[in-house]
Amino acid sequence: MAKTAKIEVKEEGLIAAMQGFFKTLLEKGDINGLLVPQRLPMKNAVMPTLVTDPEKINGTDPLAPVFPINAAKVVSRLTRRPMYGRVAVVLRPCEIRAFVELVKLKQARIEEVVIVGLDCLGAYGNVDYHRLAGNDGNGSTQKFLQNVLSGKGTAWEDIDISPACKACEHPIPENADLLIGLLGVDTKDHLLLQANTANGEDILDKLKLPTAKEPEGRKKAIDALVAEHSAYRDQMFEETSEATADMEKLTSYLADCINCYNCRVACPVCYCKECVFVTDVFDHEPSQYLQWAKRKGAIKMPTDTVFYHITRLAHMSTACIGCGQCSNACPNNIPVMEIFRTIASFTQKAFDYEAGRSLDDEPPLSIFREDEFQEVVAKMH
Amino acid sequence: MEEFEPTIIAFVCNWCTYTAADLAGTSRLSYPPNVRLIRMMCTGMVDPKYVIKALLEGADAILISGCHPGDCHYINGNYKARRRVRLLKEILPRFGFAEGRVKLTWIGASEGVDFAATIKEMVEEVKALGPNQTKEQMVI
Ligand code: SF4
Ligand code: SF4
Ligand code: SF4
Ligand code: FES
Repeated sequence: MAKTAKIEVKEEGLIAAMQGFFKTLLEKGDINGLLVPQRLPMKNAVMPTLVTDPEKINGTDPLAPVFPINAAKVVSRLTRRPMYGRVAVVLRPCEIRAFVELVKLKQARIEEVVIVGLDCLGAYGNVDYHRLAGNDGNGSTQKFLQNVLSGKGTAWEDIDISPACKACEHPIPENADLLIGLLGVDTKDHLLLQANTANGEDILDKLKLPTAKEPEGRKKAIDALVAEHSAYRDQMFEETSEATADMEKLTSYLADCINCYNCRVACPVCYCKECVFVTDVFDHEPSQYLQWAKRKGAIKMPTDTVFYHITRLAHMSTACIGCGQCSNACPNNIPVMEIFRTIASFTQKAFDYEAGRSLDDEPPLSIFREDEFQEVVAKMH
Repeated sequence: MEEFEPTIIAFVCNWCTYTAADLAGTSRLSYPPNVRLIRMMCTGMVDPKYVIKALLEGADAILISGCHPGDCHYINGNYKARRRVRLLKEILPRFGFAEGRVKLTWIGASEGVDFAATIKEMVEEVKALGPNQTKEQMVI
């Protein structure tokens, strides 16, 4: 049984309770720093912040329904080489999953971090969030939590959380040392704090919080949410497969793409220091373009748009954890997440792999076995 | 109407299949002229993007061919190639590229006869599939 405790919620509400908890964690948790989303002091922008002073966490709001960056990228920066300190990182489930992939791809190290995961209620796209929240960060988070936890749902005026979040079948953090639970918990009274590893238990003991039991209704609440999201996901897979079923359709799907590569920059698992698409390889000779044009009579410029997307799918769909940051970053509203998750569902299944699930599963393209996939080798007659 | 003559791009490893192709030539074995050989040091060097690019440029089919399992001169390049072909066979058909447009074979250095037979057979298969959908497309 995992050790559990409660984070008490007083009349100041959930956000304040959360802030109080992080302060305690920083003071007593035997850590040197805390990576946590905060609303910046000069504007309501919610960004990961690295905090060492317990007095500097007043804008902490990991429940704000937005994440402009998949913070696994930041944790990768923090841990690529020794940090000489231990940092607790507060992450959404998809950020933990991306981090797991990055560790396996040797782009991050897990030794110096304590993972604090939160039940995820979803997030709006970056632009949508600003439209909804304006400068009232606190009020908007409160209203969002109230809506969701009372069963009213995530839709807000004409806007809803991102398709990636609606299709997310992993709203409960996996692989976290400490888990903060909201679903099925009486959040008017407390939040659930659960230690899932020895590291987590160690810290939990140090914090001396009142004990609690996992509430009866939690599992049911989780199952219901996962079922709803899985149904959305399956329909998304079907619609996207249909919308990209041949080159005619695929080029229509990607027609607005301007090869800015924002989707790759925002993707936490597309990690190459130098992506081939921005190297000299694609610095074609001007005469080459003319030749290409001549062959077909006309070509769209910039070229290599579909080439880029299919290649990225080949390179990293096996690592896609479905965070939706690619769609979030696209200036032209191309449903990038949808096509990535759809293809990823097939490529991951082909290698019996699930991105983000476990540190022990080997990334499919980093290994091979001598005796496998005979069916793809054509036989001699 | 003129009969459709497919273009096949073949990525072959220097040590086995390329040598087999050479042998087929010097032994005067005849095989259709539809194939363009690209000599790689090893099939383990064939990044999926080479295959994708060739298909998007209008090649009708791609052959990747190297040493038999156990014979790769870089020990395990062909096993890696096999995984990548598995991957491509999962992705490309979903965008309408028939599975038969990507083929992987092992053809050893002394197997010139097999090389000629493979090309012959593949040309027939690809003729049956018809021209690749990207041939006339202005957006790739
Ligand atoms: S698209 Fe391929 S080359 Fe570019 S960053 Fe991603 S994995 Fe690397
Ligand atoms: S491809 Fe998109 S959804 Fe998948 S991990 Fe990258 S940013 Fe997230
Ligand atoms: S972010 Fe959008 S426009 Fe830019 S490369 Fe990706 S899909 Fe194309
Ligand atoms: S050298 Fe022939 S496949 Fe590796």
